[in-house]
Amino acid sequence: MYVAVKGGERAIDNAHAWLAEDRRGDLGVAELSIAQIREQLALAVGRVMAEGSLYDPDLAALAIKQARGDLIEAVFLIRAYRTTLPRFGASHPVDTAAMACDRRISATFKDLPGGQILGPTFDYTHRLLDFTLAAEGLAPPAPPMAPPAEGDLPHVTGFLAREDLIQSNPDGPDTPRDLTREPLDFPADRPLRLQALARGDEGFVLSMAYSTQRGYGKNHPFVGELRIGSVPVEMDIPELGFAIELGEMVLTECETVNQFTGSKTEPPQFTRGYGLVFGQSERKAISMALVDRALRWEELGEDNEGAPAQDVEFVLYHADNVQATGFLEHIKLPHYVDFQSELELIRRLRAEAMQATRQEAAE
Amino acid sequence: MTEYNFAYLDEQTKRMIRRAILKGVAVPGYQVPFASREMPMPYGWGTGGVQVSAACLTPEDTLKVIDQGADDTTNAVSIRKFFEKTAQIAVTEKTAEATIIQTRHRIPETLLTEDQILVYQVPMPEPLRFLEPSEVETRKMHALQDYGLMHVKLYEDIARHGEIATAYSYPVMVEDRYVMSPSPIPKFDNPKLESAALQLFGAGREQRIYAVPPHTRVVSLDFEDHPFDPSKAPHPCALCGAEDTYLDEVITDDAGTRMFVCSDTDYCGARCEAAA
Amino acid sequence: MTITHLDGGFTDPARDGARAFRAALQAMARPGRIETLAGIAAPAPASVAAAGLILTLCDTTTPLYLAPSHDSDALRGWITFHTGAPFVAPERAMFALGSWAALAPVDRFSIGTAEYPDRSATLIVEMGALSQTGATLTGPGIKDSAQLSLPELAAFQQNRRRFPLGFDCYFTCGDRLAGLSRSTRVEG
Repeated sequence: MYVAVKGGERAIDNAHAWLAEDRRGDLGVAELSIAQIREQLALAVGRVMAEGSLYDPDLAALAIKQARGDLIEAVFLIRAYRTTLPRFGASHPVDTAAMACDRRISATFKDLPGGQILGPTFDYTHRLLDFTLAAEGLAPPAPPMAPPAEGDLPHVTGFLAREDLIQSNPDGPDTPRDLTREPLDFPADRPLRLQALARGDEGFVLSMAYSTQRGYGKNHPFVGELRIGSVPVEMDIPELGFAIELGEMVLTECETVNQFTGSKTEPPQFTRGYGLVFGQSERKAISMALVDRALRWEELGEDNEGAPAQDVEFVLYHADNVQATGFLEHIKLPHYVDFQSELELIRRLRAEAMQATRQEAAE
Repeated sequence: MTEYNFAYLDEQTKRMIRRAILKGVAVPGYQVPFASREMPMPYGWGTGGVQVSAACLTPEDTLKVIDQGADDTTNAVSIRKFFEKTAQIAVTEKTAEATIIQTRHRIPETLLTEDQILVYQVPMPEPLRFLEPSEVETRKMHALQDYGLMHVKLYEDIARHGEIATAYSYPVMVEDRYVMSPSPIPKFDNPKLESAALQLFGAGREQRIYAVPPHTRVVSLDFEDHPFDPSKAPHPCALCGAEDTYLDEVITDDAGTRMFVCSDTDYCGARCEAAA
Repeated sequence: MTITHLDGGFTDPARDGARAFRAALQAMARPGRIETLAGIAAPAPASVAAAGLILTLCDTTTPLYLAPSHDSDALRGWITFHTGAPFVAPERAMFALGSWAALAPVDRFSIGTAEYPDRSATLIVEMGALSQTGATLTGPGIKDSAQLSLPELAAFQQNRRRFPLGFDCYFTCGDRLAGLSRSTRVEG
């Protein structure tokens, strides 16, 4: 006699216990500390903060540990936590010109005020596995430290702006809309698009950007400037009547300078794409700038080539990896009721089709 | 970590969801955009239904959660536990005892009453989405009540297959105004959409809430010469003998022997108990 | 007793708010049905039911219009303290509170747009009496027909003709409230 499967509750509890055991792994190997993850997997921490939209390296490190290194799962943990946090106010916009830069490069000028600062980059490393890292406990030799750049480092695009060669950034709304507090709707203005891209999946934004380089919505980008460093975050405290510094955050900013030969509405000039993300992620910041620029076709009077990166609905609805992974993975949930209705439909249609074939053969 | 608020969501979020629900009720079948929150469970796993339930639950409610008609499927168990923990409410597996029922993919067989609210988890709220991928365009179609695309699709089905080849998520017309997705319930359940209970639909990832108030006219789309047919497997339930319920097909051995049993586990269990 | 702006809110905002919302939901989902609210006290002339609806549904994101019948410093202070809802002109209001006469002309209120009919006002209409008599209501939420003591007919018939556009109403009297959505057909 058939008895329907019971015990979902116990199965879930058991699965969770097994998961906890697997997360810890071999007990003979020392457990990872949050500090180790924060300090030694800083780029993963940065990505989780960027896509989680929450600047907190310790929480991001905790999420990475809990997620067993699955960064999308870690982003999800951070997002679900973030949404429960009360909001005390909004900071001033950060001033990236006042960034204490660890890295600052321009591809458009050989040299510029403040200089090119190479900083801690993989760019010129030979991608050879470094087996000395396998031997633990060796401290790397200290790099010769240059004195930090004095004063503000001007943005490269400012030099072009002085000659009127680059389109100025139009003022946005005083308070940009917030995707995490209101539903996405269209038309989506540039601040909203930039928010979606900043939270968007690094892989998705990268692929969209790459597609523009290969001709799907081509927009001829130069990296006008890429800078990484820390900026102070300030907020007005109404009770005090002035702004105080809440702390510092590490940001990566990319401004692209894009060729533009003019359109019906705009004279020939350079145009901009912009990327800004938490932590150190040049790949994400550059990708974001390229996709930002591609999405600006309408305001610049460019042709819609029908390229994926020009389709704002396509990009914004599919950039979020927490949404995407949830919906993708939900198909592993039971669907047997729907499947049953399909099964009956297919059987019926098939029986009719077979009968028709037999009749034709008989005639 | 501090304790979470009653029913998990903060009050401001609940107010936002509650306002969306009321507008949904005022315009039956229309999808109200809402600022869906990131929930501690994945999108696609009932976040919309959970947010609607969280906004509706009172401490006095008795909650039932079903997935595929069953109370003991893993996702139903998980959501029920979530509310037991965060809202300390009573739970039940009995349809008649529940005041709020959250469901995925089924409407219970037992007729719902005035005192009940049925909350659906909805993956894709837009019935026109697979005919037109752009939200801007489908919103226009709803605004203009332009459902030509849908009628063409259904008509093509009939021309090709002799019937409308949609077995679940079968679209309905609500109060002669909006074409609505009833969520992926089998079309067998469509007639039950006209109910004494209030029906609320939550789509978390797609950020939409919609509603069918009690006694609202809900018509499954069809043609005069091809009337809607809420078909089911031509068998009685092998456990309780019911002939008028939706059935799961269960494969019972390697030779592919099958049996058909009620998908609504509470309904089937009660009938078996009564017969014993 | 005079009610200051600090008093009269929900004792337990999460649970009391949930109960009040259930009453509001049932009322809107079943036009003609009368629900009750308890445990709220706002400065006069706001009724318990109207104050409860405002506490349940309004906050800093919901512009509110106070019709002359209800535009007092005491009530403004109470609403600001408990909800933070900004006070606005009728045309911009998401919610409006007042007697029917004071809310007139009601064609000032937002009825939403063809693409977003939800972007419409909800009127909270304070009544001298509220009973299941008078106008006959039919439509969604109503089994056969229901009756409700509406302040007039023409405005609601006009509102129904614009469906799916239109405003939605709550009628409040003491601790009791009833709902009338734009989908309801109203006859004498």
